Amino acid sequence: MNFFSNITRDEGDPKILRTGSSSIGPSDRLSRALGWFSIGLGLVELLAARRVTTALGMEGNEALVRAYGVREIGGGVLSLSVDKTAGLWSRVAGDGLDIATLLAANHQDNPKRNNVAIGLALVVGVTLLDLAGAMSVSSRHSRGSGRVRDYSDRSGFPRGVQQARGAAKDFKVPADMRATI
Amino acid sequence: MARKGHIRCDTVSDPEIQDPRDAIIKVTSCAICGSDLHLFHNFIPAMLPGDIMGHEMMGEVVEVGSGVNGHLKVGERIVVPFTIICGQCEQCKRGNFSVCETTNRKKHLADKVFGHATAGLFGYTHLTGGYPGGQAEYMRVPFADTTHIKVPDNLSDEQVLFLGDIFPTGWQAAVQCDIQPTDTVAVWGCGPVGQMALRSAILLGAKQVIAIDRLPERLSMAAAGGAIPLNFDDDSVVERLNDLTDGKGPEKCIDAIGLESHVSLSQPDTIYDRGKQMMMLESDRPHVLREMIYVCRPAGVISIPGVYAGLVDKIPMGIAMNKGLTFRMGQTHVNRWTDDLLRRIEEGQIDPSFVITHSVGLEEGPEMYKVFRDKQDGCVKVVLKP
Repeated sequence: MNFFSNITRDEGDPKILRTGSSSIGPSDRLSRALGWFSIGLGLVELLAARRVTTALGMEGNEALVRAYGVREIGGGVLSLSVDKTAGLWSRVAGDGLDIATLLAANHQDNPKRNNVAIGLALVVGVTLLDLAGAMSVSSRHSRGSGRVRDYSDRSGFPRGVQQARGAAKDFKVPADMRATI
Repeated sequence: MARKGHIRCDTVSDPEIQDPRDAIIKVTSCAICGSDLHLFHNFIPAMLPGDIMGHEMMGEVVEVGSGVNGHLKVGERIVVPFTIICGQCEQCKRGNFSVCETTNRKKHLADKVFGHATAGLFGYTHLTGGYPGGQAEYMRVPFADTTHIKVPDNLSDEQVLFLGDIFPTGWQAAVQCDIQPTDTVAVWGCGPVGQMALRSAILLGAKQVIAIDRLPERLSMAAAGGAIPLNFDDDSVVERLNDLTDGKGPEKCIDAIGLESHVSLSQPDTIYDRGKQMMMLESDRPHVLREMIYVCRPAGVISIPGVYAGLVDKIPMGIAMNKGLTFRMGQTHVNRWTDDLLRRIEEGQIDPSFVITHSVGLEEGPEMYKVFRDKQDGCVKVVLKP
């Protein structure tokens, strides 16, 4: 990656020699991984819906699986964006839908009941990851509920606000910046 | 910048003199700007992995090229304006430094995207030259014979650092409103530029200044500077502004927010904008522009120091046209204002250091991007000390 970064540098500009401290933490990395996973899973659901329904004994529900695929892609994009907290919580909500759908398919008449059980176990595992990611990202990026700082002593005017009002009236606005009013 | 949302503090090779007009400075103080966050979020296009951030910096000259011709000497202390200027082209001669015709080294790229290239900027997109920025220990200053502001030793770094960007940016935002003693000036956004803009409006003699934000600590700082705080989580902006102006609206409106308006369930258009932005159908979120156009007094002025990057949607141009509004905007012509502003700092009219809430070492910079972005710990302005 550093090599790639360096070949895009203009000639003479500083090149990266060693990497150092970073703005992203483990929860941001987890969010990124889950985002890409979500997009991958979404593409599978969207493009191979029939295979998914056949494997789970849910034939006839292809439209539902494709809709879930679109939801997965949306959640993935959101998890990779600056609004990753919303993305991860949307994934947790989506996991709930997935679990409910698989539970509905987990009945005696379904010949692929074993596959459904495996699917349920996987979704529960991913749900736990999503939940952990959503909680840690929320905690890392929230403003917090501590004491609000009070900057009411920071006027920026050494002689006080009253003295400052109109203190720059000597300034002549340039002709190209005069207003019509 | 490692990639979108990822800033790292890396060790890089030292900058070198590349052109006779170059100088190298040892950076003594630099800051994280609100527009750095737009780059951090990749809303401003054409940043590349490995780009060095930072366009608010100052330091000591340690090397000068042969073409600097005595305009700068080793050992001198300078603030570096974020706009790189040649001082010789038609635009520079008019004082329109932010659209210098010479200094953008990626002119071919900028000509295609902007129609005509604008000035080179430090630590910004490659559309403005892709020059390495000043969040570093050392930095090359191109066109150094003109791109500098000499500062006296009796003023601290904290007092003069912001001459390079946010102070003249807030000042220009107020100046281009042509403030009259009867004017109400409304400032959207109480971040660092908003704080400077509202104080500039006070200095220039506005009748009343109204500061709009939702963060209590920033509103408290705005109130300390003489503004009337308006928390948009608690009050309707339009109703409150009309109340404060006998139903006529403010004559002058300043947008110190730019392309990343706060997204709120109580403002459906902000959700619409965020959705479109995510689908790459719109690059900027212009909620503040819409609100300003709606509430501004007819024949008023809309001043836009906040950064916009590309395309905006649903701008009510019909309202703006029929109300006869004047729009003024642009990157700041920093050196046009700095002699005057430095004098005002020296005379004690204003001390811009009031805005600094966090001062840390350079290696803590990446974490401070997060703190500043997430508005944690009452963060308003971060200064980094290499």
